[in-house]
Amino acid sequence: MSPRTLFDKIWANHVVDTLEDGTAILYIDRHLVHEVTSPQAFEGLRLAGRKLRHPENTIAVVDHNVPTSDRTKPIEEADSRNQIETLERNVKEFGVPYFPLLSANQGIVHVVGPEQGISLPGMTIVCGDSHTSTHGAMGALAFGIGTSEVEHVMATQTILQKPAKNMKIAVEGTLAPGVTAKDVVLAIIGKIGTAGGTGHVIEFTGSAIRGLDMAGRMTVCNMAIEAGARAGLIAPDETTFEYVRGRRFAPKGADFDAAVAYWKTLVADEGAVYDTEVTLRAEEIEPCLTWGTSPETVLSINATIPDPANEPDEAKRAQLQRMLDYMDLKAGAKIAGTPVDVVFIGSCTNSRIEDLRAAASIAAGRKVADGVRAMIVPGSGLVKAQAEEEGLDRIFLDAGFEWREAGCSMCLGMNPDKLTPGQRCASTSNRNFEGRQGPGGRTHLLSPAMAAAAAVTGVLTDARELNA
Amino acid sequence: MEKFTTLTAIAAPLPEANIDTDKIIPARFLKTTKRTGLGVHAFDGMRYRPDGSENPDFVLNKEPYRKAQILITHENFGCGSSREHAPWALLDFGIRCVIAPTFADIFFNNSFKNGILPIRLPREVCDELMKDATQGANSRITVDLERQVVIRPDGEEISFEIDPLRKHLLLEGLDDIGQTLKREGAIEAFEAKRAKDEPWFPKIAV
Repeated sequence: MSPRTLFDKIWANHVVDTLEDGTAILYIDRHLVHEVTSPQAFEGLRLAGRKLRHPENTIAVVDHNVPTSDRTKPIEEADSRNQIETLERNVKEFGVPYFPLLSANQGIVHVVGPEQGISLPGMTIVCGDSHTSTHGAMGALAFGIGTSEVEHVMATQTILQKPAKNMKIAVEGTLAPGVTAKDVVLAIIGKIGTAGGTGHVIEFTGSAIRGLDMAGRMTVCNMAIEAGARAGLIAPDETTFEYVRGRRFAPKGADFDAAVAYWKTLVADEGAVYDTEVTLRAEEIEPCLTWGTSPETVLSINATIPDPANEPDEAKRAQLQRMLDYMDLKAGAKIAGTPVDVVFIGSCTNSRIEDLRAAASIAAGRKVADGVRAMIVPGSGLVKAQAEEEGLDRIFLDAGFEWREAGCSMCLGMNPDKLTPGQRCASTSNRNFEGRQGPGGRTHLLSPAMAAAAAVTGVLTDARELNA
Repeated sequence: MEKFTTLTAIAAPLPEANIDTDKIIPARFLKTTKRTGLGVHAFDGMRYRPDGSENPDFVLNKEPYRKAQILITHENFGCGSSREHAPWALLDFGIRCVIAPTFADIFFNNSFKNGILPIRLPREVCDELMKDATQGANSRITVDLERQVVIRPDGEEISFEIDPLRKHLLLEGLDDIGQTLKREGAIEAFEAKRAKDEPWFPKIAV
């Protein structure tokens, strides 16, 4: 057999059958379900008189719509309440395991999966959400699907797909102090663009990637979709196995050992061929952020805002100008020092305990700047409890941050946490599209440390200056 | 799903790259539990001004493009979220075919499941079709899926590629769950082998 990539191996392990035109029926190990993209799928099953083939390989949570304020009160918005109640009726009718809103296990689906040991190395994992790529950090093949495919997985435990192309992105060397996983993935997207990974599964590798903890790896894989990739992957290693050990739904005892023996085979073979290869030097990556309304508009915090006049292509020049206008920024000005109105630390990209610790290390002993609203939204009830045990909540509250309940919150503007028109937000989330965080809102994507630095200074700031 | 065979329709020019799914349908409209009714919110941020009135400059607010069934656009259409609400919104508006140099993967997949045909053609061909589209009502474009050709108003035929399976499902208007379940025996065999090879594989029960 010719040398195979990690993607090739996981793919081959899950092909049930191949149709005449090369489309595979691919077996799905884990199906993660949330309230926004599932109601039409359950309705489809009901109309066709079908059941879930494997409810025991499925988990449902509510995250997108839920308010992150006081949970003991009823949900005010009728449409949101209806979507949540619809999910609760559906999980009951179809026998799907479910973490309800008031459970400590509730949280953002992409935080909950790894945290509970539901997402494991070597698995195929799908969810009706593009940030399913997050679970690739476990060494799993994980990708977002549409609602029709959600229904297909529910009914058959498979999806129809053609193999992706292989892409290798190596980040070699050692990251400078104060440079985080978020900076790494932003630098990657800045380099290859939002369509750079289209049709590919990206395997992230190299010494700087291997040196990341699991939270950092999840941040990197989370944003693989922002580079247009079908999925992001990181080969499982000792860091992965130690993370998995002891988690609620992970194999235990001899089963764990047997699983690890299998997981250790999940590495690319020597000489495996990739369709596309990209290498970055870790030392060259600086703390960075986005300035525009596409995740590829990445700048080092110490750089100046690009001038559209330097863009030769007319359509691109017009698009850059439109972004500058929308973001209310000036070409040629320094991005650092731009005042912010809101700081959002949360989302499936950056709401894990490690992210909150990084933000707290900046917030400790400081105060949120006058006129800035700063929110901390833990990724799950368990992350929140852990942070409270470590006293991080006190640090944030003393500094003037809001300490909220778990959910998608201000990442996507479909729950009460939204920007108002014209507000500028330093956000640890993953998308800066026009109106993403609320109509007319302006988003700068950055790391938890940089977001906390913006909160305490009131302007976009190099977090390293505060850590010195 | 409605069949897609041949479509002769007005095509709307949307010469912009990276039209993301938040542009096609903003998240605040995803609170529905139905597939229909999203057409009024398609391209909401481009189509309406902050006071809710129509933006007269946006192509789909102009005649004859209010009745457009084909969209001609630039690279990476549908990037961003996996929300199938994006093709649902397009379909509900009346769009049955999108022609672009490239599409984001998930949007591309989702379109087929809803009887929308996404066609990839080189940028320079899209630019020619864009010119045709700007001619308005006198300039209808035909898409013949059986023959895999786009026919310009002057009769020139441009062929396009499509997976045979996807073509078959679109032409027949078939739901692919039924197709997959015809292979249920293979799924059962896979599951039996899995149970033997990976006996440690955990189940979820809460």
